[in-house]
Amino acid sequence: MCRTVDLRQAVLARNDGSARELRAALAARGTVAVNLLSSPGSGKTALLEAELGLARRRGVPVAALTADLATENDALRLARSGAPVKQVLTDGLCHLEAVMLAGHLTGWLPDDTRLLFVENVGNLVCPASYDLGESLRVVLASVTEGEDKPLKYPTAFGLANLVLVTKADLAAAAEFDEAAFLANVARVNPGVEVVLTSARTGQGAGVLLERALAVLDGAEPHRPVMAAAQDHGHGHGLHHHEPVVVRDGS
Amino acid sequence: MHEMSIAVAVVEQVEAAAREHGMPGVARVRLHVGELAGVVPQALDFCFELACAGTLVEGAVLEAESVAARARCRACAVEWAVGMPPDLGCPSCGGGSVELLSGRELQILDVEWAGLPDVRAGQEG
Ligand SMILES: [Zn+2]
Repeated sequence: MCRTVDLRQAVLARNDGSARELRAALAARGTVAVNLLSSPGSGKTALLEAELGLARRRGVPVAALTADLATENDALRLARSGAPVKQVLTDGLCHLEAVMLAGHLTGWLPDDTRLLFVENVGNLVCPASYDLGESLRVVLASVTEGEDKPLKYPTAFGLANLVLVTKADLAAAAEFDEAAFLANVARVNPGVEVVLTSARTGQGAGVLLERALAVLDGAEPHRPVMAAAQDHGHGHGLHHHEPVVVRDGS
Repeated sequence: MHEMSIAVAVVEQVEAAAREHGMPGVARVRLHVGELAGVVPQALDFCFELACAGTLVEGAVLEAESVAARARCRACAVEWAVGMPPDLGCPSCGGGSVELLSGRELQILDVEWAGLPDVRAGQEG
């Protein structure tokens, strides 16, 4: 008759495993990956444009991979910086996964790349669940999106190593309540650094580059409370039940 | 909607386990879904049914058990239910050195096999 088997395996074990492998492979060649998450229209591309330009002027070999459901507009904008840029069209998939990213890097990412910026699909829900092998996860929110964004998307904000507020030049017009935003971020991610930026005025310009370079130099990024729990839960599940590893037939 | 990717991952892992154990079908899959896992149960249900089609897992019931998010303060040892949206700052001392005890689970607990009219006939599939 019916029998039950105890599996105890993390649903995202395969992605997490691929992410660990990719992180190790990147580290071995001296590259740090930065995963950028935000809603559509929050100004991710404008900020990235500025950071790529700064990096190029400082002689830091950078590259950017940008993922969108459709269109190559972002890549065209970013490529003006002179950095290697790759556009990934997800054909409707709402997020990147580690295996996909690894596949896109093969044969494209120049050997001397020190910083790889990955502009995830504009979405604060789905990409949050997928470790891409990054060493720095940055969540962006513009001042026009409302102070309660961190509470509406706690997983995305809760897993960030750094939070950037964009379009700070519009803060007054948008009646952005900075103190309320900071309190909401602190609630889901105590101790995370929040930096106000504006691609238009240059406020906070280069912060992302500085933090990424610090990680490249070995600085430990802020460790979110939520990330610790994830490693704990997944790690244990995997170590005790390693035999039931799923392998894709392809 | 990443629930589709999650449903596909569940089905792939359960189907692999079914093959490994030589089981012809699956009656029930039990999941632990943490409050902070970022998964919408209804969306997962819907996607699971689609992801099962044509696999050994087709027809299986998905039972997603929600796991409450709880945290503990390292400074004052207070434990609390963090709620949703979560509050991960210590309610007692306000400290930020906090350990999340549960709430991020996204785990297959166990699987109940189906299609075994009796144990000896199991091999004919
Ligand atoms: Zn405390």
